[in-house]
Amino acid sequence: MPISPTDFDFVRAMVRKESAIALDPGKEYLVESRLTTLARQLGLVTADQLIEEVRRKPDNGLRYKIVEAMTTNETSFFRDVAPFDALREHVLPDLIARRAAQNSLRIWCGAASTGQEPYSLAMLIREHFPALASWRVEIVATDISREVLDRARTGRYSQLEVNRGLPASMLVKYFEKEGIAWRVKAPLRDMVTFREMNLIGSWTGVDNADIVMMRNVLIYFDVTIKKQILANVRRVLRADGYFMLGSAESTMNIDDKYTRVPVGRTSCYQPLGL
Amino acid sequence: MRALIVDDSRAVRSVIGRSVRELGFAAFEAGNGRDALQVLATEGAMELALVDWNMPEMSGYDFVCAVRANAAHSAMRIIMVTSESEMQRVVSALEAGANEYLMKPFTVDALRDKLVLTGVLDN
Repeated sequence: MPISPTDFDFVRAMVRKESAIALDPGKEYLVESRLTTLARQLGLVTADQLIEEVRRKPDNGLRYKIVEAMTTNETSFFRDVAPFDALREHVLPDLIARRAAQNSLRIWCGAASTGQEPYSLAMLIREHFPALASWRVEIVATDISREVLDRARTGRYSQLEVNRGLPASMLVKYFEKEGIAWRVKAPLRDMVTFREMNLIGSWTGVDNADIVMMRNVLIYFDVTIKKQILANVRRVLRADGYFMLGSAESTMNIDDKYTRVPVGRTSCYQPLGL
Repeated sequence: MRALIVDDSRAVRSVIGRSVRELGFAAFEAGNGRDALQVLATEGAMELALVDWNMPEMSGYDFVCAVRANAAHSAMRIIMVTSESEMQRVVSALEAGANEYLMKPFTVDALRDKLVLTGVLDN
């Protein structure tokens, strides 16, 4: 049975309040599909039963599970290629030159999902910047979903996941086989710190970032929240740091205090005033 | 651009063939390594080979070794496409001269990713 308009509005308002993710009219099918899956995992049958349950007992953890179910975790190793080329060819060499006195770099992945992006960064650094082995390099990976972060921390990936975007030479070098899964080796796992963080909550532990990766995240928010997030990124990003958005995203017409820096086949953003 | 698909399963050749044709390749097929070498001898150098491991007559591994011993095909990018998923197999394939390794079952997106990684397709 399709989700009722009342139930859709209830879920929409709850997800908006907890995560600021905007579920526009027309997304009923998405809510229906994701919540039916969640309902079955919890021993219920339909999405309506799940919604009824959360209405009846609002504090039993179901709200969080529903918000988590509505987040999108599409990701892959070295996703889109061009941003990683830009990091390798321009962004990291530039920052390494600028930070030579401090010998430290902080990179923040703001929607790390199951960890492919931060582990790709760690591999890129190991592979192309051996000099950074003696630096303090922090890769902080955050996401709103506890469940995906738990998976990310284990560094375990299925065959289908390592088939996507990961060069075989890196699979051989940085992974080990564990049963039918492939696991990121401990030294690489140790390069990444995973933490739960809601982008509309408080931003702690991500200040003084040299690189902020926030690709394909803003598209889920309305303009007010986009403005708020972009202003917060300016606050945590160092003045000469780099901000990377998804290929279909831009700061244009949302926050005019950024300048776009074309890098290879992609673009980065830097706070104005350099 | 021309791609050689080497697999003893006609169904797999058909699936891979459709995918690479949609990406703009002309596709040639062979059912084992020996027939694949024959196709190369007849048709000349190709940009890409997608090669299964276990086949009758001549394995994909032996095909890769034979191709890499022939300077006429040094530019050909080779992707092993196989159900062999042990680490040692991946290592052996790369050491023999394969450029990439794709484990079956795979999605069309994964195949596309591998074509980008080998440089025969733009992202």
